[in-house]
Amino acid sequence: MSNVVEARALEKRFGERHAVAGLDLNVPEGVCYGVLGPNGAGKTTTLRMVYGVTRPSAGTMNVFGLDVTRHGRAVRARLGVTLQDNVLIESLTPVENLRVFGRFHLLREPELSARVARLIEELDLGSHRDVPAGKLSGGFKRRMAIAMALLGEPELLILDEPTTGLDPAVRITVWNTVRELRRRGTTVLLTTHYMDEAQRLCDRVLIMSQGKAVVEGAPDALVQERLGRAVLELDCTPEDERLLASAEPGARMLRVGTRLFMFGADGAQLTAWLGRLPAEHKRPFVLRPANLEDLFLAETGSSLEASVEP
Amino acid sequence: MSQLERVRALPASRLSYAWSVARRNASMYRRTWKLNILPNFFEPVFYLWSIGLGVGAYVNDMAGMTYLEFLAPGLVCVAAMNGASYEATYNVFVRLHYEKMYAAMLTTPLEPEDILLGELIWSLIRAAIYGACFLIVTALFGLVPLTGGLLALPIIALSGLLFAAIGLAFTLRIESIELFSIYFTLFLTPLFLFSDIFFPITERFSGVWLYVAEVLPLLHPVRLARAAYYGPAAVHASPLKLAWDLAYCLVLSTGLLAYARKWARIRLTD
Repeated sequence: MSNVVEARALEKRFGERHAVAGLDLNVPEGVCYGVLGPNGAGKTTTLRMVYGVTRPSAGTMNVFGLDVTRHGRAVRARLGVTLQDNVLIESLTPVENLRVFGRFHLLREPELSARVARLIEELDLGSHRDVPAGKLSGGFKRRMAIAMALLGEPELLILDEPTTGLDPAVRITVWNTVRELRRRGTTVLLTTHYMDEAQRLCDRVLIMSQGKAVVEGAPDALVQERLGRAVLELDCTPEDERLLASAEPGARMLRVGTRLFMFGADGAQLTAWLGRLPAEHKRPFVLRPANLEDLFLAETGSSLEASVEP
Repeated sequence: MSQLERVRALPASRLSYAWSVARRNASMYRRTWKLNILPNFFEPVFYLWSIGLGVGAYVNDMAGMTYLEFLAPGLVCVAAMNGASYEATYNVFVRLHYEKMYAAMLTTPLEPEDILLGELIWSLIRAAIYGACFLIVTALFGLVPLTGGLLALPIIALSGLLFAAIGLAFTLRIESIELFSIYFTLFLTPLFLFSDIFFPITERFSGVWLYVAEVLPLLHPVRLARAAYYGPAAVHASPLKLAWDLAYCLVLSTGLLAYARKWARIRLTD
């Protein structure tokens, strides 16, 4: 399986600031690939380097095997991008907006009308096809923006924060669209700071922090490898934490404020560890499967108050 | 080899891509053109009526013609200047900084140069619409001989090109929308008043001021338009002077567009 996107030792400096500081990125063909990270981690800058609008300060960026810095137009002809903010012409209808953007790909009749009609159908935009875009709901505009990214029949679809600010029902329709595209063979590269979104959609994820890769891999495998299958959460005093840590030196723990997270191979192991606490120190706890959110907390962020090394 | 073929197939089409950008603006204009074009017809009527017929009643002769005749070609150039300026300034600034339209365009195969060229083409179209409306009105006033009117068309385009280039260079360079009030009141308005439109500057200015006046951009299309309307002989325009006017417009436009191109890259990519 070849890589659609291949970046090596990628860097981007804005003055003194390193937005991206030595990143390797491989997006295999046909996968849904998620780039995760807190705001300012360098996600959007990385995407902009993929479609060639931001020029790397150092390193290489190849897309479809082409050097983007030299073949930007050719690369962009084969990919589609949905930006974080929908950019639509508010006075024009969905059909007119799509026709305008179709022309940017030099689509001509009858192909232009055929593609517009198909995308109106596929993204379920028909109900308001003749209503000015400015009057449409946020979810409808988002679907329109995705339709606009698909006009060039892209082999690679790039989505920057595709569901930020959308209500849950709309998020699900966006996810379904992404899954359907991926099923048909489109490679998808997205950024998000919703861990549930990444876990549901992505075959592989890259967690970024301060312009660097923190971990990379298939989400479930990553969580299991690094944290185990289960998490136990409870409110816990520092003394109890020390007690737990001394009783079970191998345990991986993480504190966020007053909340302690303990990671283990399974629930039985975690409840057994909790049994080491004296009876009068017992508190209500939550036992649940470990997820990407936990991994993210464990792997990133000096802003998090504490983390315990395994 | 399909990748290589795709690469080769693309670069020839700068103009096609630019045209798609101009058509974006045309799609929006099409919705409101009836409202937009109406003032373009009334504005010249008001000018010609008030200043041409009103003020002109007190003027027996202006550089060998009636005041209305003297006024008409200059005002046609002003119309083209305004048409190009509105488009190349506020509208481009809003699309760049507020609507983020160009950021969205750059996710498609478009490049900054395509966008700049597309906006230039659209500015020229707007200049042509404004200028042509004015030309038609002056024709209805009986001020344009047929050949003069036809010759004035390329001058309208030239005036549009010059002010689109000035406007685009200014717009891409500035960072605050407030500066447009300076552009319009301290740049375009004095040009409007001192570019041989309302009075022949050669008769009112002298010495070094005549050379200073030659720097003013609007002066050159105005002189060319007057020569086009009535023939070079009637307006005492030597071939050398007309060549200078033409060269001024073309050289300044080219230079400013090269500058705008550099700044389009700076504003749109990083």
